[in-house]
Amino acid sequence: MIPRPRPERFRLRRTMMFMNAQKPGLIKDAYIYGCDSIMLDLEDAVAENQKDAARFSLYHALKTVDYGDTEVIVRINGLDTPHWQEDVRVCVAGGADGIRIAKCESAQDVKTVEAAVEAAEKEFGVEVGRTLLMAALESPKGIMNAYEICAASERMFGVAISGGDFRKCMQTTPQRDGVDMLVARGQMLIAARAAGIQCFDTVFTNLDDTEGFEAEVLQNKAMGFDGKSLINPKQIRFVHQVFAPTEKEIMQAEKILAAYREQSAAGVGVFTVDGKMIDIAFIPGAERTLKLARACGMWEGDLV
Amino acid sequence: MEIKKPAAAGTLESSDAQVMIEPGDGKIELSLQSSVMNQYGHQIKATILETLERLDVTSAKLTVVDKGALDCTLKARVECAVFRSCDASESNIPWGGAVR
Repeated sequence: MIPRPRPERFRLRRTMMFMNAQKPGLIKDAYIYGCDSIMLDLEDAVAENQKDAARFSLYHALKTVDYGDTEVIVRINGLDTPHWQEDVRVCVAGGADGIRIAKCESAQDVKTVEAAVEAAEKEFGVEVGRTLLMAALESPKGIMNAYEICAASERMFGVAISGGDFRKCMQTTPQRDGVDMLVARGQMLIAARAAGIQCFDTVFTNLDDTEGFEAEVLQNKAMGFDGKSLINPKQIRFVHQVFAPTEKEIMQAEKILAAYREQSAAGVGVFTVDGKMIDIAFIPGAERTLKLARACGMWEGDLV
Repeated sequence: MEIKKPAAAGTLESSDAQVMIEPGDGKIELSLQSSVMNQYGHQIKATILETLERLDVTSAKLTVVDKGALDCTLKARVECAVFRSCDASESNIPWGGAVR
């Protein structure tokens, strides 16, 4: 039995890789790839008549495999299926860090899952509130209700868009410049930031189109996403590279934080660093840069 | 648990095991094939029998074809086959109880 530490609501989640929970060959060593989170899938990757088998396999993997620092999230079946309640029970009993709610369309969906999670935590003697939640928005209705979904629960750490289903609803297909999902991504990002949670982009499914994948990751970073869902380990390295801060950003963040400590101790609220005005509004950004730099192995220090 | 009807779980893929179970005649009859029989045969057999004991299965015929499954996978496949044979695999599984 591998006891997992209490999940952190806010941690680094640049990459979240999907894994079929039904395939023992995949889930037994999923942590070696170095993605920030793995997403063990009970939903679309598992055939309808193997949902039960996938749960047994998931339970023992959660209890036996040492995933180390890799976060373990489970994607459960939609609320319109007969499977999701048992999915919640097995996730909580097995000690998964979090649950991804598929096809989420309203705050009520989040609350419904939250109630089932809380009941399972009590049933299995797990600390109430331990299991985190995230929502996948897969429909226009989900995007329209993005803010109420993001703000629906203290357990919510993030929200993600699911491109395949969403594009189908919108009668479009993946475009080179991302125009097909520009508004949806934007609206979801605004909702997530307004609610103070993280935001993740959808998977890029054409593994042969490296150029298209890289363009999409760069756009994700430029739009302000925290990370991306992935389907193959070979996609991890590029995302980590793109989401890593630059040397210049790290130096600037260090200077800002050091100057802030000094100035605020002396009772000064606004000051300049390299000719640029700095006040308290810049501090969270600088702290985030240094935390990210440390996670990327680019910085060692004690400012954050 | 009482094995009520034939049931199976698992696949013949690498790192997996296929378990077939049928009602028995008062004892456990295990037929095991494994790609790693020489190295791990005893341990595989012990894991299967322990899992049946935890589930309180005392009468069954089992055929297991192992493709190098870890213990956690063997347990998962045996349990799934047993619960399927009782039509009880879909809900209210005793996670952390008889299944552990």
